[in-house]
Amino acid sequence: MSAQSTASRRSPAVATDAAAEDFDAARARARARRQLLVLALRVALAIVILGSWELTTRLGCHGPDSGTCAVDPFFFGQPSGIWSQLVTWVEKGTAQGSLWEQIAVTLEETVLGFAIGVILGIIFGVALGRNRLLSDVLGPYIKAMNAMPRVVLGSIFTIALGLEIPSKVALAVVLVFFVVFFNAFQGVREVDRDLLANARILGASQGQLSRHVILPSALSWILASLHTSFGFALVGAIVGEYLGARKGIGLMIATAQGTFNANGVFAAMFILAIVAIIAEWLVTRLENFLIKWRPNAITEVTI
Amino acid sequence: MAESAKPAIELDRVTKRFVSPTGKSFTALHDLDLTVAAGEFVAVVGPTGCGKSTTLALISGLEAPSSGAVRVFGEPVTAVGRSVGYVFQRDAVFPWKSVIDNVAMGPRFRGIDTEKANTEAHEWIARVGLDGFERYYPHQLSGGMRKRVALAQTLINHPRILLMDEPFSALDVQTRALMENELLDLWASTGASVVFVTHDLEEAIGMADRVVVITAGPGTVKGSYRVDLPRPRNIAEIRFQPRFVELYEEIWNDLRDEVLVSYERSKHSVAS
Repeated sequence: MSAQSTASRRSPAVATDAAAEDFDAARARARARRQLLVLALRVALAIVILGSWELTTRLGCHGPDSGTCAVDPFFFGQPSGIWSQLVTWVEKGTAQGSLWEQIAVTLEETVLGFAIGVILGIIFGVALGRNRLLSDVLGPYIKAMNAMPRVVLGSIFTIALGLEIPSKVALAVVLVFFVVFFNAFQGVREVDRDLLANARILGASQGQLSRHVILPSALSWILASLHTSFGFALVGAIVGEYLGARKGIGLMIATAQGTFNANGVFAAMFILAIVAIIAEWLVTRLENFLIKWRPNAITEVTI
Repeated sequence: MAESAKPAIELDRVTKRFVSPTGKSFTALHDLDLTVAAGEFVAVVGPTGCGKSTTLALISGLEAPSSGAVRVFGEPVTAVGRSVGYVFQRDAVFPWKSVIDNVAMGPRFRGIDTEKANTEAHEWIARVGLDGFERYYPHQLSGGMRKRVALAQTLINHPRILLMDEPFSALDVQTRALMENELLDLWASTGASVVFVTHDLEEAIGMADRVVVITAGPGTVKGSYRVDLPRPRNIAEIRFQPRFVELYEEIWNDLRDEVLVSYERSKHSVAS
């Protein structure tokens, strides 16, 4: 577009159209070449890492004792073993039922914990952000709770709420809440004073101020926290399952650990990574939908 | 007749003190008296930091005076008044709302249903010359266009008092002259009282019925000059009239001392 307009200023129309098309086509080709190169390098990197892992766990092995290998696959697993573990889980199910059921349970806990944590975080963040007295009174307590390593609460939740879903959701909520809370609180504090004054002059009530000015303004802060907090929700669910559960990926990891099955731990990690990547993609979609009014939303550093 | 009618705005020996974050108090306005008649266009000029913006905040009810009285149509100002419109110096349009939603905000805040508010907003958008830009977001518009949105957003509420805080200071010179003329046209059809704060004396004389000079802070009224130039005016050309030049010289004599005082002070505060 800009290339076209600069070109057309220089010389008559017909010639420039062709020149501009050539230019665009050349750029498109260059872009495609680059994309291909990046993709090829990515695949190559994966092959190098997985290949050397596989190779070192097979190198120098003699006899039935895996300890003679350069890297002991009994402790460190090996890609082929991880793969066959995944195939076994998909085909035959896990020790506590089908693989899909485990994934579904963990996802349910994560999503519930995420949703409840986000909603509570926003409500408290906005309330404390808007009410100076409330934030002065509650501030130190919230800081103290945030400073505490909250994962230990998992033990309490397992005792109090049992081995089913609620104890994991509770842990996820506790982890998510603070991330969202602090962002929402900061977002409310950073609202442009002129925008607030303008809305008040235009006749906004306190509720309308919250809905039309404060929430949308804080939204970019809140959305930035969602990327991090979904990860925390997953941590909450997994750690909760690890501490005591009947189903879930965390339990699969605990079981694999209990039977010295390193490949099982890695295979469960692989499943978690895929779940996390899909979730990240969904959060980004949500973010783009909610802040389409922003020219170039820079919310987090990405690569 | 003008004598018997209640003035639109009265500031009666108003003093406003602020407390800075470090706990020191700072007097922005000191015993300021200002009266604006119904339908009058008053420009307030003064050096940087003389409390011009504070004056507007007091009239609008966003701030309360430390002492003295602020009255709008004879009633003491206790909260943000419904008859007041305020155009801010910086962009105060809502970036997450499209042009139409921005303009329709006032009526919707005031309880008018969405459909009717949108119809009215369409009319005002057309009136400020932004027909066809209803669905755009502010970041897609130029500075001048955003100012038009702000004008429509304010005028749709039919304010009887229009407060403007250096509304055009961020615009380039040509856009600015255009906007000034358009504001005068719009104002002529509303009959609102205007308090127009500016640091630009040419703009002040070109637009206003009266120019009020405020002293270097704490602000108080130094002088008030009636601008007897005929209306309708063309801002781009009015500055060539001999009477304009006379007024400019007269008011500048008053203003210059204050600007110098303010400048000396800012030099010292930088030095210390």
